[in-house]
Order: sequence, then C-alpha cells, then structure tokens
Amino acid sequence: MAKNSSDNDYLAVQTLEGLDYQLEIAGLGARSHAFIIDWHIRLLLALLWLIVGTGLLGLFAIENLREWWRQISHTLPLIIVFLPTAAIYFLYHPVLEIIMAGRTPGKRMAGVRLVTLQGHTPRAGEILLRNVFRLIDSLPSCYVVGIVTVALTHHHVRIGDLAAGLVLVYETNVSANTLNQVTQLAIHSELTPEQQGLLLDLLNRWPELNKNVRIDLAQKFLAHIGRPVTNLDKVENLDRALHIKLQRFFNRVNAYGNT
Amino acid sequence: MATPNSTSQAALKEWLKTRQADWQQLDARLKKPPNPNHALSEARALLIAYKAVISDLSLSKRIQGNTPITLYLQTLYLKAYEELHQPARQLKAEFFALYRVQVPVLIQHMRHSLLSALAIFLLGILAGWLLISVHPELIGLVLSEPMINQVQNGELWTDSLLNIMPSSVLSLGIAANNITVTLTAFVLGALYGLGTLYILGMNGFMLGAAFAFTAQHGLAGRLCAFIIGHGPVELSVILIAGAMGLQLGESLIRPGPRNRLQAFRQTSFDTGKILCAATPFLLLAGLIEGYISPNPVYPLAAKLTIGILTGLVFWWMLGARKRMFTDAASIASRGTHMRPLLKKRS
Repeated sequence: MAKNSSDNDYLAVQTLEGLDYQLEIAGLGARSHAFIIDWHIRLLLALLWLIVGTGLLGLFAIENLREWWRQISHTLPLIIVFLPTAAIYFLYHPVLEIIMAGRTPGKRMAGVRLVTLQGHTPRAGEILLRNVFRLIDSLPSCYVVGIVTVALTHHHVRIGDLAAGLVLVYETNVSANTLNQVTQLAIHSELTPEQQGLLLDLLNRWPELNKNVRIDLAQKFLAHIGRPVTNLDKVENLDRALHIKLQRFFNRVNAYGNT
Repeated sequence: MATPNSTSQAALKEWLKTRQADWQQLDARLKKPPNPNHALSEARALLIAYKAVISDLSLSKRIQGNTPITLYLQTLYLKAYEELHQPARQLKAEFFALYRVQVPVLIQHMRHSLLSALAIFLLGILAGWLLISVHPELIGLVLSEPMINQVQNGELWTDSLLNIMPSSVLSLGIAANNITVTLTAFVLGALYGLGTLYILGMNGFMLGAAFAFTAQHGLAGRLCAFIIGHGPVELSVILIAGAMGLQLGESLIRPGPRNRLQAFRQTSFDTGKILCAATPFLLLAGLIEGYISPNPVYPLAAKLTIGILTGLVFWWMLGARKRMFTDAASIASRGTHMRPLLKKRS
C-alpha cells in the first residue's frame, strides 16, 4: 500500500496496484453502540461465571472433599471464582478482537470492525497496543478522554487507535446471494447500476422503512423505470400493492436469469 | 444498428456472465482452510484469481461506481490480499528475535530516557526521604494509619503479610498491581510525558518516605531485606515503563522530521515491544514478593542472591548483551525511529 488519504467520513486507500477504494468510518454513535453491547456481554459473562464458580466452590464442601478443601481453601476461591471473572471482564476486548479479526460480538452487531490504515485486518500486536491505551482513554471515568478524542480527531479515533494505527469502519459485506441477485438484475434488466442497487436496497429494507417513506420511494422508483402505478385512488392497500409490484418485477428478472 | 450505449451495456452483461462464477469460486476458496498438500498449486491459483479481481474491481469502479458488485469485489480483493500477504507463523523465531535483537536495540536507543527516568525516580526518593526526615508527621500522606501504628510498635507491615493471605494470593495481587502501575506509567506518557513523570516521581517519593519513616524507628534494614529479593526486577520494569512513557512524551513534544502522529505511532510500536518483553518479569517479581520476600525462613543472604541474580538475568535478557547484538543493531536500527530523550537537536 502506497498512500492513504481521507476525509472525515471515509478512509481512502490507494493500493500498490494503483487501486483506490474507500471504507466508511464509524463515528461516535456506532462506536458507542458496539461498546455498550460488548460491555453488557462481558458483564453478564463475568457475573455468570461468578455464580457458576461459587456453585463449584459449594461442591468442594461435600464430605469426602472436605479435607482437601481445608488445605486449599484460601486459594481456591481466587482460582475458581475471581481469577476467571476478572479475566473475562478485562481480557474480553483484546482476546476477541484478535480471534475475530478486529471484531467483537458488539462490533459485529453494530456492523463495524477494526482495520489498519491500509484497510486490512490488524495484527495481534496492534490490537494489544490499542487495548493497553484503554487506561488513558477511560480517564477520568466513563471513557471521557476517549469520547472527546473520537469527537475531535479526523478519523474519529480514540488515543489507543491513534497509537496502534487503527480505524473503526463499517463492514461492507455483500453476500454471495446479493451478488447473484444484483448480477441477474444487471444481466436481464435494463436498469442502470444505481437503479439495481436502489431496487435491492428498497426490497431488503422494506419492513424497516417508515410506511410513507417506502410508498414514496417505491412510487418514484417505478415511475423512474417507466412502470408507474396508475389509478392510485382505486388501489385499496397502496403499500402492499407497491411491494408486490416491486417483488414481482424482481422475481421475473431473477426467474428469467435462472431458467 | 446498435448504439455505443447499448454496445457497452451488452459488453458489461457479457463481462458479468463470464466473471461471476470465478468470483464465487474465489470466495468459496478463501473460506476453506488451505490444503498443505497442495499449498503451491493453491497459492498459484490464488495469485491468478487475485490479479483478475484487481482488474475486475478497477473496471467495476470505473463503469458502475459504488454498486453492490463493486463493494463485493472490494471485499473479495481485501480477503484475497490478506490471504496472500499474511506472514508465516513463526512464533518461536519471533519470540527469540524479540529478546535477542529487537528489545536490546530499542533499549540501547532509549538509554537516555532510562537515565532520565532513573534520575526522576531517585529525585523522588530523595524528596520523600528529606520531607519525612524533617516532618515525620506527614507520613500519613504515604502510609495508612494501621501501617504507621505497626511501625511505631516496632513491626513492619510486611511482617504479617503471610498471616493475612497465602503466598499464591499475595503473588497474584502484587503482580496485577505491578502490571497496572507499569502500563499506567507507559500510557500516561501520551499526556506529553507529564503522567509518567508523576508516576515515577510519586513511586520514588513513597519509597523514600517509607524508608525515612522506618529508619526513624530502626526498621529500615528489615524493609531493605524485604525489598531486596524482588526489588531489582520490579523497580527495573517500572523504570523501563517510565522511560517508555518519557519516549512517548518526547515523540509528541519533539517529533523530529515526522509529524506528531507518525512519531507517536512509531514510538508506541517500538516501546510496545519492550513492554511485551518486560511484563512477564513482573510475574516473576510477584512470585518472589509473595513466596520469598515476606517469608522469614529465607535468610537475607538468600534474598540478596535471588535479587541480584534475577536483576542480572533481567538486564542481560533485555539489553545488556551489547556484543551479541552489535551487528544486528546496525540492521535493526534502520527500522526504528526512537530518538534519545536528551540528544541534542542537530
């Protein structure tokens, strides 16, 4: 990788092969979203182990284990209960980020991941360095230093990310199924690449979109591709009718491609 | 007659038809673990597919812009790049390289910072000693009330350590505390070195004050006997962490020919390696402090021997092997950008 340049929202990378690509940088919202999920997960896991560990300790009180228990009773609570609990809580981020290639369950749910400034998966050393700097990012409490740094820096990063040369970006995962669908649209329809993307986006996000917004978008899209819905006043359930029309159009193209 | 637009559309469709299967094939191959029996042929096939994806991605970006196909190809390209460029896993070799070459070279480069850290620590000790010698009533700033009472009754707070908790618990607690202090001394260097100065100065001050107070009650020798076993390693690691923190601050104050961010990043990487190499010794120091230092079974001579030996091993492992790394240093120093703290600006 030869050169990096970016504006506030994108990490732009130019490769040695002369290729340019951009990764969308996750801001304070996505970062906090991921952190809150992770914090709950590790807290619950740590508490769960605390309960399980305490239960295991209870087992050692059984008669035949009592003598052995007396000998090691000072260290056993530490080894069984507190050490694993502390390990779960404090090593959650570095261990999972290394194993999951820059992700944690929270980051995955928020649709973000850590990458280097070249857009690649970070190495273990970089992840460890990033996590060591949590000590300063979490000062004076509740990650105030980290939040301020994220708000003020160019790539929306905290001090740990600055030290390790990492950036939190949105995942751009396009599944093989989506590729198949969009390829069929491109091959068997006359839609432009933008229209293909719009149609897929609209269909995939239909349940999440506000009813009025999706009706408006669908009408505009159908009118744009020369298939407007006529006699609107006679349509009983416009929302459903538009969805069916879009789905039928998409299915027809796909069916044509699959035969 | 076909228009140029319809011709290009037809070409695009043909391209998609031809290439889609290859992309999916590459995607499937990247998800599978590599077969060691066909490593070479698989690598060749991957390289060919990688080059084809670069060409496809470039074409897709130019013709279609940021469509799902372009994004898919971008993800595929990144996956293929990482598969091709991932370094061979040589953990043993990397471990030896860290201790044999990298860390000794880096320690050599930060020797001025080490001296500065030592000076600040000694100044802290001196300040603590002088303050408590003149104003013993201020010992409450450093020691807790029960500790002060014990010393006034002719006992050290370390005497009863093993009655309070077993050695294993003590060792773990001490190691955890030392690791926290070490990491804090390092990362607080990001506050332009001020945080590190505080940690170093404060630790020195507390040590000096404790010695001054125990000396007033004739217990300084016993405190020294307690510390001597684990102190050389423990204090050495804290000094190294302090020196690394000072380097971090230095990289922000005087970044040299690089910009501040580049200097900070490079120094973090370099010092991070030293931290990685030095931290395991804190576990050793914790074990000595939990099992040997508070245990009256071990005589002073044994503790002294252990302290000197562990200290020598520590410094031998981390930086005192000048002759062994002289050649390597000249090569490795090309890759390091750490600047001595007290070096004059040219």
